Amino acid sequence: MDRRQFFATTATVGAAVLPIKKSRAANAKETKEFVGVLVDTTRCIGCRSCEVACSETNGNFVPDVRNDNALARVRDTSEKQYTVVNRFNTDKGEVFVKRQCMHCWQAACVAMCLVNAMFKTKEGPVTWNGDKCLGCRFCMVACPFDIPKAEYLSWNPRIMKCTMCYERLQEGRKPACVEACPTDTLMFGQKRELMETARHRVYSHPDKYVHQIYGEHEVGGTGWLYLSAVPFEQLGFRTDLGTTPYPEYTKQFLVAVPLILFGVPALLLGLSELTDRKKQVREDEGWSEPEVTE
Amino acid sequence: MNTTAVVTSEFSRVAKFFWQELKPRGKWLTPFNIISIPIILIGLVILYFRFVYGIGYVTNLNQYYPLGIWIGFDVVTGVALAGGAYVITFVVYVMRMEKYHSIVRVTVLNGLLAYIFYAGALTLDLGRPWHIVNPIIGNSFGYNSVLFLVSWHFLLYMLTMALEFSPVVAEWAQLEKARKFLAGLTLGAVIFGITLSILHQSGLGALFLMAKPKIHPLWYSEFIPVLFFVSSIYAGLSMIVFEGTISHKVFKDLLGGQNHRHYEEIILGLGKGAAITMFVYYFFQALIFVHEKRWELITDAWGYWYLLEVIGLVLVPCFMFAYAVRHRNLGIIKVASVLALLGIVLNRLNVTVIAYRWYDVDKYYPSWQEVVVTLMVVFTEIWIFRWIVTRMPVFSKR
Repeated sequence: MDRRQFFATTATVGAAVLPIKKSRAANAKETKEFVGVLVDTTRCIGCRSCEVACSETNGNFVPDVRNDNALARVRDTSEKQYTVVNRFNTDKGEVFVKRQCMHCWQAACVAMCLVNAMFKTKEGPVTWNGDKCLGCRFCMVACPFDIPKAEYLSWNPRIMKCTMCYERLQEGRKPACVEACPTDTLMFGQKRELMETARHRVYSHPDKYVHQIYGEHEVGGTGWLYLSAVPFEQLGFRTDLGTTPYPEYTKQFLVAVPLILFGVPALLLGLSELTDRKKQVREDEGWSEPEVTE
Repeated sequence: MNTTAVVTSEFSRVAKFFWQELKPRGKWLTPFNIISIPIILIGLVILYFRFVYGIGYVTNLNQYYPLGIWIGFDVVTGVALAGGAYVITFVVYVMRMEKYHSIVRVTVLNGLLAYIFYAGALTLDLGRPWHIVNPIIGNSFGYNSVLFLVSWHFLLYMLTMALEFSPVVAEWAQLEKARKFLAGLTLGAVIFGITLSILHQSGLGALFLMAKPKIHPLWYSEFIPVLFFVSSIYAGLSMIVFEGTISHKVFKDLLGGQNHRHYEEIILGLGKGAAITMFVYYFFQALIFVHEKRWELITDAWGYWYLLEVIGLVLVPCFMFAYAVRHRNLGIIKVASVLALLGIVLNRLNVTVIAYRWYDVDKYYPSWQEVVVTLMVVFTEIWIFRWIVTRMPVFSKR
């Protein structure tokens, strides 16, 4: 094949393939958007209805909201409760903040999991599958928000975390906490809508809110978004997590894997061939059969 | 000829032979046995409670410290210390340096046992160990996961090392044909094994890349994988020196035929290798230090702790190795190898446990049960090692 012919063939094949690729890309375009929840902390009254609804829905420990005086100290989610509400004393008085899994857009726990037990569903929630999980707890290492919790005192421990009520979403219902909220603190929807609402609130009340939506950019964007009247550090949020999606941190390494997996054997095979002294001797002697000296 | 009869008689011969070999030899009441037997027994009791009542029943792990010394020491450190196998097989089979041929078998055996026991200790730490086949059999592959890669490489590397060691087993069982066949596979196994080692030694470091906000900035950098790989080279070399020193004392009679001068040359060569790789490692640490502008971080206790590791247990033993090689001083090499090993232990524990969530008030400390189980793993490995070297032709040359 001469050069001209080669170009012609390449051009024809290329022209034939290009539209196919394009239409494939169009087909693959995701029509569903990730859902999430907007939490407006200025509206929360600390009634903890969400805690109760969550635990009842998921069969977890149901707190005695009236009598347990739990707001006295700052709590964390646990292997018994997927969500908790905390009270913070800030520059602008008491603020209540709900805490649960943030359902990151590119979740560290999902990228860490070697068996897809932690799974980012196409709807947005990050779920956990006990039939796959090894219980290695590296999801807990990876999660920047320390959300996955292990049942250490069980022979068959589960990893416990909010699933954004994935099963309810499948039935077309909202997460239990959102439905239980009496003050419209929680708003469920697609992230685009939530961002619009959040921005609208900040713009129309510029003095009421800090001009930041927590979760818009944090760790590459999260499913749950927060609005606040005071800087987020005062509400127990980590603001040093950066905006890089966490899976990016291991990408460099993963890219290097095939390079090593195929480059190193090639190099070593070549080296061992070059260092073979028996063959060297044979070459000196003009490729005659080597004498068996050993 | 009656094939069945031959096979049967051969089989019964091998079975009889195995039975003979299983019996203990030598004295029972040695100091090592007196210490190790109770610890192994207590360890087994602890493991019973661990599997019945859960990991939290015997360990100090909690929601913020999901990994303790069972991972940080047994697995992450153990694998680094077992790096000698890939380094020595590289030197002997790829670079064809015959000088080190006599230590290949024992080093590969050590590597193999270390992987079986220390990577095997992983199953003690897994919450649902019966799902351990999930990443292997393919019902759910987490392709983008570093852990997926590491688990596969552990498995493959164990098989590779078993293949590398298999000629010795065949020789012991007097299966000459099998030995020849298996020996023919060695170069391939070695090259595959080195590749896997590079990947999972660094991969163990890559596991902690996503723990960025939790690891003290002196120990976190995007180069953890490279640091883990480079340090595994001198960790392996130091471990060979360390183990060789002990073996030389304990198994003196097995080494009878070996030339002392030859042994000295090997130790000096390993010391030289360790000195150079340690210097490269140190240099890289220094570059990262400057690049990430860590000056202001070294003024507090964490800074001193870091300096102890990087200066005291890397740079100092590095110079000790270099000095000792120059003056042909085996004693200093042995001390330096111990320091270098301590440095590795400290580094791996720092990344996985000590400097992990350094900002916490309630730090994790291992429970006594965790320590006993760790000792149990180490002692059991030594038991198996001793059983093998007193029976198979590990120390003797072909």
